[in-house]
Amino acid sequence: MNLLFYISALVAILATGMVVTRKNIVHALLYLVVSLLAISLVFFVIGAPFIAALEVIVYAGAIMVLFLFAIMVLNLGKETTEQEKQWLSPAAWVGPALLALILAIEIVFLITQGQPAASVGLVVDPKTVAIALFGPYVLGVEIASFLLLAGLVGAYHLGRKDTPAAQCNCEGDRS
Amino acid sequence: MPENLLQIGLRIAIVVAIFSFAMTMSAALIWLERRLLALWQDRYGPNRVGPFGLLQVLADMIKIFTKEDWVPPFADKAVFVLAPAVIVFTVLMGFAVIPFGPGIWVVDLNIGLLFFLAMSSLGAYSVVLGGWASNNKYSLLGGLRSAAQMLSYEVFMALSLMGVVALAGSFSLRAIVEAQAGLWYVIPQFLGFIVFLIAGIAETHRLPFDLPEAESELVAGFHSEYSGMKFGMFFVGEYLGIAVVSAMITTLYFGGWHGPFLPGVVWFFIKMMVFLSFFILLRATLPRPRYDQLMAYGWKVMLPLALLNLVVTGALILAFE
Repeated sequence: MNLLFYISALVAILATGMVVTRKNIVHALLYLVVSLLAISLVFFVIGAPFIAALEVIVYAGAIMVLFLFAIMVLNLGKETTEQEKQWLSPAAWVGPALLALILAIEIVFLITQGQPAASVGLVVDPKTVAIALFGPYVLGVEIASFLLLAGLVGAYHLGRKDTPAAQCNCEGDRS
Repeated sequence: MPENLLQIGLRIAIVVAIFSFAMTMSAALIWLERRLLALWQDRYGPNRVGPFGLLQVLADMIKIFTKEDWVPPFADKAVFVLAPAVIVFTVLMGFAVIPFGPGIWVVDLNIGLLFFLAMSSLGAYSVVLGGWASNNKYSLLGGLRSAAQMLSYEVFMALSLMGVVALAGSFSLRAIVEAQAGLWYVIPQFLGFIVFLIAGIAETHRLPFDLPEAESELVAGFHSEYSGMKFGMFFVGEYLGIAVVSAMITTLYFGGWHGPFLPGVVWFFIKMMVFLSFFILLRATLPRPRYDQLMAYGWKVMLPLALLNLVVTGALILAFE
């Protein structure tokens, strides 16, 4: 199980690296999906199957498809790839690389000091997650749902059809 | 140790059996669909190759393998090749959690239902990426449509299943089937069943929800540029998709392997065939809706119905326990 953990963690790291360095935005997005799937596997291996499934359903399966949808609508072509090439100049790598190095040193220090993280203690089944969510953490769930409701209302407001500007464009399409 | 080996051997045999069943099923379905459609449209359908035209699929397979496998020069090659593989892979993974009979499953996950939903939501990538990588305006439109369609129908597909989960008290498909020994969930969860049925057709983008590949407007939609076996993979993926949705309907709402006299696997197969034939009948009878009608129907009718089903189920469970 430990080996599985390290393999999927390595895949996640490599894929995330590819996300940052790809110049084609759809390729970067695909690597991000791979990275999310790898993280889902990490969750599964350390005994959280419910979170693993939600990671795939919500992030890889829904949010990333939405990203892809937006990219397809934007019709980004060769120019954006060129632009990306300019932005990813070697000089731009110095700052992030330094910051990432600090984190890497910290992680190496932690791993050499204590136990490795991948210990399969207890498996958290869906019921336990639900009891925790709607027991001690119910306030957090409610606040998160307020936030989502605000987003939903906002999106509805932006997309409504009864503004004068929208009417002249859209009346023809609606039967 | 030998006993352990026997166990492992048995598991592998089950995996191979389910895999070959799924692949044979998708080939047989192509024949079944063409014959049934022909029957309902007052023609013969394929009846020349082999008995009842059964070998027609084989002949088509040989033809499709020997065709030129063309990748358009303007396409994004890596993604273009990846897209058809994604749908076959995700749908076959979906078969892994389905209990075909007592003891006959690849794996009994305690998140089995969520695993199925995860795989079906990943399947959306195939069509979307296929449409994008083809670099063709019709394909792109098909891909866009399918992204919007699958995202919206996924929402209440998952919601409609939560009533079943609440009744059975588990995400494990084996536990859900076992909980239906007395009463099939189609009776207490009739609304959920209807919503899941419609969402299932939309998820596999079959007629009448095949807007991503609407021939009359988009050439062939997302797979306009595909030829040879890559097109074949999309085709097989679609048939595997309706097979897996029929299997899920059987498992979740029609008691899975439960039934008198006959062995469980046979009952499962009979129930599954009923739904497969129903899907083909739908294709033969219903016209295709307009795209905005499809989206409005999803968000304004199906989503409220799924929510209503969930709330009523929850309230009844609370009241009786």
